[in-house]
Amino acid sequence: MITFMNNSDSEEEPCNERTSLMSAESPPVPSYQDSLQASEAGEVQAHRKRRTGSSRGPSNTADGDVSDMGVPVRESTAENEEEELTLKYGAKHVIMLFVPVTLCMIVVVATIKSVRFYTEKNGQLIYTPFSEDTPSVGQRLLNSVLNTIIMISVIVVMTVFLVLLYKYRCYKFIHGWLILSSLMLLFLFTYIYLGEVLKTYNVAMDYPTLFLVIWNFGAVGMICIHWKGPLQLQQAYLIMISALMALVFIKYLPEWSAWVILGAISIYDLMAVLCPKGPLRMLVETAQERNEPIFPALIYSSAMIWTVGMAKPDTAARGSSHQTWDAAEDRRENHRSPSHADSQMSETRSPIPTRPITSFEEEESKERGVKLGLGDFIFYSVLVGKAAATASGDWNTTLACFVAILIGLCLTLLLLAVFKKALPALPISITFGLVFYFSTDNLVRPFMDTLASHQLYI
Amino acid sequence: MGAAVFFGCAGIAFGPALALFVLTVAAEPLRVIVLVAGAFFWLVSLLLASLIWFVSVHLSDREDSKLQYGLLVFGAAVSVLLQEAFRFAYFKLLKKADEGLAMISEDGRSPISLRQMAYVSGLSFGIISGVFSVINILADSIGPGIVGIHGDSPYYFITSAFLTMALVLLHTFWGVIFFDACEKQRYWCLGLVVASHLLASGLTFLNPWYEASLVPIFILTFLTGLWAFLTAGGSFRNVLKCLSCEQEDASRVMLYSALQVPFED
Repeated sequence: MITFMNNSDSEEEPCNERTSLMSAESPPVPSYQDSLQASEAGEVQAHRKRRTGSSRGPSNTADGDVSDMGVPVRESTAENEEEELTLKYGAKHVIMLFVPVTLCMIVVVATIKSVRFYTEKNGQLIYTPFSEDTPSVGQRLLNSVLNTIIMISVIVVMTVFLVLLYKYRCYKFIHGWLILSSLMLLFLFTYIYLGEVLKTYNVAMDYPTLFLVIWNFGAVGMICIHWKGPLQLQQAYLIMISALMALVFIKYLPEWSAWVILGAISIYDLMAVLCPKGPLRMLVETAQERNEPIFPALIYSSAMIWTVGMAKPDTAARGSSHQTWDAAEDRRENHRSPSHADSQMSETRSPIPTRPITSFEEEESKERGVKLGLGDFIFYSVLVGKAAATASGDWNTTLACFVAILIGLCLTLLLLAVFKKALPALPISITFGLVFYFSTDNLVRPFMDTLASHQLYI
Repeated sequence: MGAAVFFGCAGIAFGPALALFVLTVAAEPLRVIVLVAGAFFWLVSLLLASLIWFVSVHLSDREDSKLQYGLLVFGAAVSVLLQEAFRFAYFKLLKKADEGLAMISEDGRSPISLRQMAYVSGLSFGIISGVFSVINILADSIGPGIVGIHGDSPYYFITSAFLTMALVLLHTFWGVIFFDACEKQRYWCLGLVVASHLLASGLTFLNPWYEASLVPIFILTFLTGLWAFLTAGGSFRNVLKCLSCEQEDASRVMLYSALQVPFED
């Protein structure tokens, strides 16, 4: 395995495997589905009496007239509740993903615009051996396509390898691999990043302070990501390592190769997740069969939990949900906790007295939230960062790409709500992002610049 | 130049927009989504307009500066018309979404009303339009330099900031009026909105004669604001009632149909 064997090589290797793993985890997967089904199962009982009073469509009222709580009503109401839940929780989930994606992009763009290190050309990765310094356009295009082919094949090989390891239950191996790569990211890359930022702002820092800062940052990060920690701290760390990884890509990928790679990886993502024999789909299905989440250490989880004022069932439910949500990082507990939490949830739900549902209802609803793979964060940030780095000092291009990616994410989540199965998060966003980048850079920029020079507003 | 100008101009240009966003939009996820989608629609309209302008410039004589200026005017007019067309398209989309949301929700009403969506969509068009107009200027204002050294106006930054603020507010008002006009099918209102957008854009052609451009634009903003306020159902009495902070307790009526026997499984 490349990470272990070639430790002396370029530091980007573990990150590449990691990226491939992460882009594997791009679908906001069974967790969303599970949460939907679990919460739906739990909510059905609490919401059932709400249903009887509602006037829906002719079929439902007819069913409602048949019998108060007859089976036909139950089935149609369950379906309607599921739709309503989808939508009610859908908008919140979209925002829960908008915020971290936006934060990651802000970190990347701020770094690109201020720290010069990440826009300097200092060599290339071994995965993109062909240089783009050739004078002819055709040669440059050919080189970038070759670079892309090499990079994508590396990613495919790594993903297939990972799927095989997962299938044959080599958990320790995978665990060790992940721990090693996050060690690299949290210590080495953070050290380099901090060094460059200090250089840019001409701030002196002595080595003991540096050691203390990096050690604390890295150690807490390892604990938060791989074990237990407060959810928001874990989310912050995941955002930071995604940003660091994206910065590495922005620095070391040559220009045209970067754009072709972005396009190719979204096509790969699409195929790997949706084709029946795609590696990522097999990964998802294997994980679903075994009823475990996929590599929780590499997925951004936006789990939400509201437990509002319940006396007795509260502590039990809070305990279980707390365990599920924090134990997302502990693989062993994961085998038990999803089913454990679910059964506990439905148990605690049935004895709830069915009070009239007012707006201030004390209802316990736990939700696992949406999960998005870190690879998606990384590639979104690479796109926006590259736009910020290479768009000739123009902020409009960066903003246009940002809006395009957010809309792509929104559409992907909408599709997820409709289809309710694992979906790739890269294709739509990256397509929109690429279209907007090239069109804004070449068409909109001259137009807006000319307007601004005459101080004209449209 | 420098941080003072940057923060000052940024505050002038985006202060109202930021306040409106934080107070009315940020708390509700659906409104944020409507905001981002509105920005997307505006961007697409700008893309098409830039494409048309770009093609026309490339097909024409580059050396002739009068022709180029004329093409710029043409491009700006096309852009305004396309923006309004996309506003209409966004209205259609939101109407469909509203119906869908109403159908799915439990009490037959969608969680967000079409009027709220009109306001948020107007705000989104305003924010993205303002940002695209002024962000590069703001970025330049941080750095060193002397404004107007070649004889242009030295008030470039601050007038740009004020124009941007007017534009943001205008878009918000136009959004409210436009959606209402589409709902009630008052096409003369639509025409007026388009005409006032063209007027506002045309007034900026009088820059740097700022008395002739800024003052009318602000008057236009004020009048449009008044019109939007009246369209949204406001009136002098409403304002007085709001200012006097009266409690409204007549509207709390117990809905007896909501009380039901607890369902026993």
